[in-house]
Amino acid sequence: MEFLIALALVALVAAFVTVPLRRRGAERLDASEAERAELEALKLTRYREIRDAEADHAAGKLSDEDFERLDRELRAEAIEVLRRLDRLDEAERKAPGRDRDAAGESLD
Amino acid sequence: MDPSRKRKIRLVAALTAAVLLATALVYTSFSASTEAREPSQVLASGSGETYDLTGKVVPGSIERTDSDLRFRISDRDGSEALPVRYTGTVPDPFRDGREVIVTGRLMDGTFVAEHDSLITKCPSKFQEEAEADPEHVMIEE
Amino acid sequence: MLILGGAALAASLIVAIYAAGAALYGAIEGDRRWVESARRAVYALAALLTVAVVVIESAFIGDDFSFEVVASHSSTTTPTFYKLTAMWSSQEGSLLLWAWVLSLASSGVLYLTRRRLRELVPYATAILMGVATFFIALMLTSANPFTELSPAPPEGAGLTPLLRNPYMVIHPPMLYTGYVLLSIPFAFAVAALITRRLDAAWIRSTRSFALTAWAFLGLGLLLGSRWSYEELGWGGYWGWDPVENAALMPFLVATAYIHSIMVQERRGMLKVWNVSLICGAFVLALVGTFLVRSGILESIHAFGASTVGGPLLGLIAVVAIGSAVLIVSRLDELRSERRIGSALSREAIFLVNNLLLVGLAAVVFWGTFFPLIAEAFTGTRSSLGPPWFERYATPLGVGLVLFTGIGPLLAWGKLSPGAALRLLRWPALAAVVAAIALVLASDAADSPWALFLFSFSAFTLVALGQEFWRAAASRRALTGEGIATALPRAIARNRRRYGGYVVHAGIAILLVGVAASSSFQTNRDLRLDIGESAVVGDYTVTYERLASDPGSERIAFAATLDVDKEGRDFATLAPARNYYPTMDPSTGPVGRFFEGEATSEIGLRSGAGEDFWAAFQPDLRPLDDDIARGNKVFADINAPGTPAEERAVLFGFRDEAIRRLADTYAEDPPPATFRVIVNPLVVWIWIGALVGLGGAAFALWPSAAARRRVRAAYAARLGREVAGP
Repeated sequence: MEFLIALALVALVAAFVTVPLRRRGAERLDASEAERAELEALKLTRYREIRDAEADHAAGKLSDEDFERLDRELRAEAIEVLRRLDRLDEAERKAPGRDRDAAGESLD
Repeated sequence: MDPSRKRKIRLVAALTAAVLLATALVYTSFSASTEAREPSQVLASGSGETYDLTGKVVPGSIERTDSDLRFRISDRDGSEALPVRYTGTVPDPFRDGREVIVTGRLMDGTFVAEHDSLITKCPSKFQEEAEADPEHVMIEE
Repeated sequence: MLILGGAALAASLIVAIYAAGAALYGAIEGDRRWVESARRAVYALAALLTVAVVVIESAFIGDDFSFEVVASHSSTTTPTFYKLTAMWSSQEGSLLLWAWVLSLASSGVLYLTRRRLRELVPYATAILMGVATFFIALMLTSANPFTELSPAPPEGAGLTPLLRNPYMVIHPPMLYTGYVLLSIPFAFAVAALITRRLDAAWIRSTRSFALTAWAFLGLGLLLGSRWSYEELGWGGYWGWDPVENAALMPFLVATAYIHSIMVQERRGMLKVWNVSLICGAFVLALVGTFLVRSGILESIHAFGASTVGGPLLGLIAVVAIGSAVLIVSRLDELRSERRIGSALSREAIFLVNNLLLVGLAAVVFWGTFFPLIAEAFTGTRSSLGPPWFERYATPLGVGLVLFTGIGPLLAWGKLSPGAALRLLRWPALAAVVAAIALVLASDAADSPWALFLFSFSAFTLVALGQEFWRAAASRRALTGEGIATALPRAIARNRRRYGGYVVHAGIAILLVGVAASSSFQTNRDLRLDIGESAVVGDYTVTYERLASDPGSERIAFAATLDVDKEGRDFATLAPARNYYPTMDPSTGPVGRFFEGEATSEIGLRSGAGEDFWAAFQPDLRPLDDDIARGNKVFADINAPGTPAEERAVLFGFRDEAIRRLADTYAEDPPPATFRVIVNPLVVWIWIGALVGLGGAAFALWPSAAARRRVRAAYAARLGREVAGP
């Protein structure tokens, strides 16, 4: 009896695990996606830094001129990240690097 | 001073501090440590030095007096044994046959232990005992 | 049920190996189907291990003694709660717990990243499943929870009395969860190294796991210390025992890591340091797991020398050397982008705090492994005691408390000297005032280090209070809200920062408690007869009477202590000693009740200012003659020829005899030994730790802004896809 339950479990697991493999055709990993992840993470960090600098300035820790210098730097860095993200978006629209399955449906 | 030179100085300062700390660490550890010895080794080296005496409690040797605890420690293989005089907390697992460590020094043939220095190893398994006694006995309410 | 459990375990080994292989194949071939299959395999692994856990727990609850683990760690008389938790008091069960929590955590992180980080996830999956494979293989070869005991005995050995305590029950799972959760950032760090994506994504996605791991490690340490204080007869909460240290080291390194990743995010520096730290933290977590099981160092914690130690050491070596090789090979990608601009910045302070924390971890490491190092060099084992550890931990701890306050005060980036002085003014004043007040009004000056610590804690607490105040004040300036609304709103806007500040406050409070209770304790061993009193500090302790309580699982002797403080009633405490019977028949049918494990119940009255702690050790020597006689009288119980009915009758008489023996002893007992400790400010250790953990929880809680960000990410995705090619 236990054998049957164990067998059933193993069969279930095998079925569950092989579902993706039964789809036809290899599905490429999108190289640009990793780049996008890094840029997104950088962008969010820069935003946090800008907010923190504002808070520090409001709390009186940074002098006006120190804050302005820092704010300019941080915003420039953030804009650079946004630019790189835009460039990535454009490249993606032009190139056929999107993840698709055989039917042409996007898998995202 | 240009920034790269400043950085190099900071790096050198940090490394020097680390090396100094490490040296202090190593030096003091060798001098502050107590060696672990079994009774046979302590007997061989004579009295004077403070050691961590390790071994097993000789069954039947535990004696509690008004002021202290006395027992004998033997080597793990049961060869030599030493009498121990101890004051302080007695750990809960302490009893016949258990492995213990106690810090102190040999004086006039008795190992005089430092206060509270007795450590007893927790027993690992009850399996052997259970096998020896098929009837698990309890007081019935 | 053994077969089902064993099958589930064997299947999980295959599934784990498959998951690692499929993930790697998918990564190398660039085929997402295999990566997705690997993720499903991880989910399946979690399901299979859950089946295994359920099977074992059912066996425990159902008293199925055909399971060897159940027979050796539980019994029919064990209370149900402890039956459930007995699983992890065994080698096999705790390995299963490790693997199970790992599978659940891996499933969690893979679910959360199922649409993201597609380059990192396959390698991280492979690493996590590699570790899982190791632990499952270890179980199947050396410590199988589904080993059969045949024929099944009618009764089990029962749970070690020392473990029959709620703290001891949650302490291992909390610690294991902390260790296991460290594997997540570790796996992603290694994946980032392999794929050379070392900037921001791997840190950002695993920060919460690192912080959660830190919190669980802290909780495990707290529970262990509290247990030691409340249950053991020595009245301490930290002994620098190797196993305690083994949990402390990853905790310290994880603390350093949490701070230094903030520096990497902002300045793009310390990249090598960070990957090294997280690899080190995970290695230390494995070392912690190893130390408890290998018997390689003298410790009261050891499960005992076992065959599991060797393989674990192998895993540690592979992980340590592999990480080092990988890091060195990627040094180019790990170069810093920027430098620390000014010494008067938060980055610089974080660097200092990192050095202090890692320095402390290094000291603890050296001291813990010194016996092995000494043996390698001199041939004899030498060990270092608490005094050596304290010599280094104390100054490092005092320094840490100070920087715990300076860090929050500063800003990211250069602070003008004028602003710095303004910010430091009140905290520095508080430090000086505290120092002077303590020197004048108490004997704090007797312990200079403690005085420094109190003074620096005052600095830190005032600095943190100042930060909260400024946050509320600047929000008020903007919105005109009252202070009661401004403060919570200002804090909620930046949970990570203010949660962190709360953690700092908790640590400062905790260290104050540690300093006070270590340096200003009054500790006396007393020998009292019934009715006798003794004076300890401001207290008068009177031993009133003794009560005996022979129960089904143990015989307890409880002393009633009347404690007066400065003439007035303070407390009535009932410290006790519980005697559990042993299985060993050579101690005799009566003697076995007094020769087994004994535990202490501590009489404790906690107060904000100090704790009054008392332990009791009765003198059972007068019982020796009666016990010997009882052993002779009831010898037939153990004699092989005795028929069953006669044995049952003898059991009844024997039990009655023991009850009478206990009661008679309690009516006129000899003088007993008491250990009495007056411990200042101990309760603040627990309070500080809880405050710290609360701060961590607050920092981890997703804020409204984070939820908005998630919605925005979906909107962006929609935008991209709608635009289309």
